[in-house]
Amino acid sequence: MNINLTLLVQMIAFGVFVAFCMKYVWPPIMKALEERTAKIAEGLAAAERGKEEQELGEQRALEVMKEAKTNAADIVSQAQKRYNEIVDEAKRDAQAEAERIRHAAQAEIEQEANRAREELRERMGQLAVAAAEKILQKEVDAKTHQDLIASFAKQI
Amino acid sequence: MAADTLTAQDYISHHLTNLTLGFHPEHGLTFAHDAEEAAAMGFWALHVDSLLWSIGLGYLAYRFMRGVAQKATAGVPTGAQNFLEWIVDFVNENVRGSFSAKNDLVAPLALTVFVWVFLMNLMDLLPVDLIPYAFAQFMSLFGADPHHVYMRIVPTTDPNITFGMSLAVFLLVLYYSIKIKGVGGFASELTMQPFGKFGLPANLVLEGISLLSKPLSLSLRLFGNLYAGEMIFILIALMYGHNLLLDVSGMTLQLAWAIFHILIITLQAFIFMVLTIVYLDMAHQHH
Repeated sequence: MNINLTLLVQMIAFGVFVAFCMKYVWPPIMKALEERTAKIAEGLAAAERGKEEQELGEQRALEVMKEAKTNAADIVSQAQKRYNEIVDEAKRDAQAEAERIRHAAQAEIEQEANRAREELRERMGQLAVAAAEKILQKEVDAKTHQDLIASFAKQI
Repeated sequence: MAADTLTAQDYISHHLTNLTLGFHPEHGLTFAHDAEEAAAMGFWALHVDSLLWSIGLGYLAYRFMRGVAQKATAGVPTGAQNFLEWIVDFVNENVRGSFSAKNDLVAPLALTVFVWVFLMNLMDLLPVDLIPYAFAQFMSLFGADPHHVYMRIVPTTDPNITFGMSLAVFLLVLYYSIKIKGVGGFASELTMQPFGKFGLPANLVLEGISLLSKPLSLSLRLFGNLYAGEMIFILIALMYGHNLLLDVSGMTLQLAWAIFHILIITLQAFIFMVLTIVYLDMAHQHH
């Protein structure tokens, strides 16, 4: 329990250990701790940013989907309209075609009738001439009386 | 165990004598063979055991901490780095809590104090006879008388060690007091308060005592606690080797005291560290 040189040696050893600790132990550890603190703060900030970006992205996706839905509805309604138009047009065309065919048929019928009438008229003329020939007992020149026959035929 | 061949008093004093190397007035440079010879060596003697354990433990702690610190990364810490960071964080919290000025010395100083004192105290948990007995047997191989081979393995039960540390802290307190406040400022702090300039002698006595009590209380608190703890372990060790009942109760007591002592050694290391920080903080304060 004597106080002796041990005290001084311990003081020196203490000083040396403190100096070495101050130079080689404390700074690297504190540096690592501070770097980690900064890293964690950075990571948290990045996570926050990521979350915000995700929310923005979700919002954007919703908008795009809404737009797409509207577009699709537009396209469907346009297609419906076009369909109706095509159907209408087809109907109109068909009606016009039917009308045209009907007109053509009517014209043909009229032509036929006219022709038949003409023929009938001619025959009637010839018949009348033949009848007149017979009646007059003398041959009448058909050529000379052509005009007469024609006017006669017209009156039938 | 040794109580069969020695009286209890011999056993205790054997455990309380340091392995002393010094100049004996009659025998010259030698290891002291008993307490009287050690006392006769006066100031110029070394407690080889205290210094060996103290510096050895300090060196181990330093090597460990330096090894970890050099490889420290800012990534996820593992194993040893985690452990050291836990201690460093703990010390740093205390420094930031108690020390308001800016000084890069204080935190490493506090870390050194805490780790070193804790390790030196920790030696108290080893069975009291384990290393001294092994050392005595080892030395007897070289012809030494085992009864006169001394070995104290708890450096903090040696007042030289605790006073050495507290005086170093005291020197730092004086240095920073004068550096921060100037010689005049420090002198006026010692003489001009609390009673004003007309109560100068009273001021000097009060402030002088309060200043000198710092290193004294710092080292005596640590020394007293550890010395008493070691003494109890020695007394418990005296119970062994008589009969079964004493052996069993000795074991029970030793276990109980060891468990309780874990608290004491940690607490004393912590107190030494906190007071070091507080004293240095006071040295940095302007009044």
